[in-house]
Amino acid sequence: MSATGEALARSAEIPLSLRGPAPTRSVAGFGFWLFLLSDIVIFAALFATYAVLSGETAGGPTGAMLFEKRHVFIETACLLASSVTCGFGSLAVQRADTPSVYFWMMLTFVLGAVFLGLEGSEFGGLLAAGAGPTRSAFLSAFFTLVGTHGLHVSIGLAWLIVMLLQVATLGFQPMVGRRFFCFALFWHVLDIVWIGVFTIVYLGAH
Amino acid sequence: MNAQVEAQGEAPGAHLKTHGTRRSYLIGLGYAVILTLASFWASSTDLIYPSGVPILLAVLAIAQMGVHLVFFLHISSASDQTNNFLALAFGIFVVGLTVFGSLIIMTNLNHAMMPMDRLMQMQR
Repeated sequence: MSATGEALARSAEIPLSLRGPAPTRSVAGFGFWLFLLSDIVIFAALFATYAVLSGETAGGPTGAMLFEKRHVFIETACLLASSVTCGFGSLAVQRADTPSVYFWMMLTFVLGAVFLGLEGSEFGGLLAAGAGPTRSAFLSAFFTLVGTHGLHVSIGLAWLIVMLLQVATLGFQPMVGRRFFCFALFWHVLDIVWIGVFTIVYLGAH
Repeated sequence: MNAQVEAQGEAPGAHLKTHGTRRSYLIGLGYAVILTLASFWASSTDLIYPSGVPILLAVLAIAQMGVHLVFFLHISSASDQTNNFLALAFGIFVVGLTVFGSLIIMTNLNHAMMPMDRLMQMQR
């Protein structure tokens, strides 16, 4: 521990150009951050599509007629809570505290699954009411945007299961820690995208 | 020798805490809850002048995204985060260009287009 402290103290004096390669964790984090930003650009294109088409209902139902704010509020609460439990899980990964990791990450999984279930029931209700993606340009854009977010959440849940299996089989190797770090970034970014979804799609419905 | 190997294998900063603390997550949660409740309230209240509601919603959403970036993703302008911060700035630039560019162009095209009923008449 003191050796690390000395190394840190020395590193402050070494100029940036002479410090050698950055730690793997920083490099992996930066690469994944670039991927996430490109993912956000995909969402930006879908948001732009939705914003352009949100009024084109082709005589069909409008957003204000279809969306239930109470439903969306519960979805938002689930995703926000899962973001925080994921954060607590990452802290537990740093401490290599296995029971805590399982507890917080399982909680994250359950909250994410509840979110997906609510979204699925909403989509089912819309389809049953004849307001499927084929009804109007507005609904096509809605299903594409919200569906893509839901797809990302499903991928995140699958990834979380894989990570929990890796903790069970590999333990807390540095590589597993880095993957958990990337997963946490992914999960937090999904919550940021959801802020845009509930503001523009659900609360901004007219 | 051992210190050298350590310095090469795990570069300085590898042990620095980049995950924040339990407290920072709870502070972020507090801000996020307040901003979310404010958004839902603003969208359903009659107290605010209706034309102002979308602007208020946009401000609340951007504020909440900022809260998430700082307290959950731990993005900061610290010197070891320069690359992350620059990439984020570029990402925001591209997002703004895509969204506002599309909206401006499509509104302009809609404005320039002949009304649909007259177009239909001409095709007959």
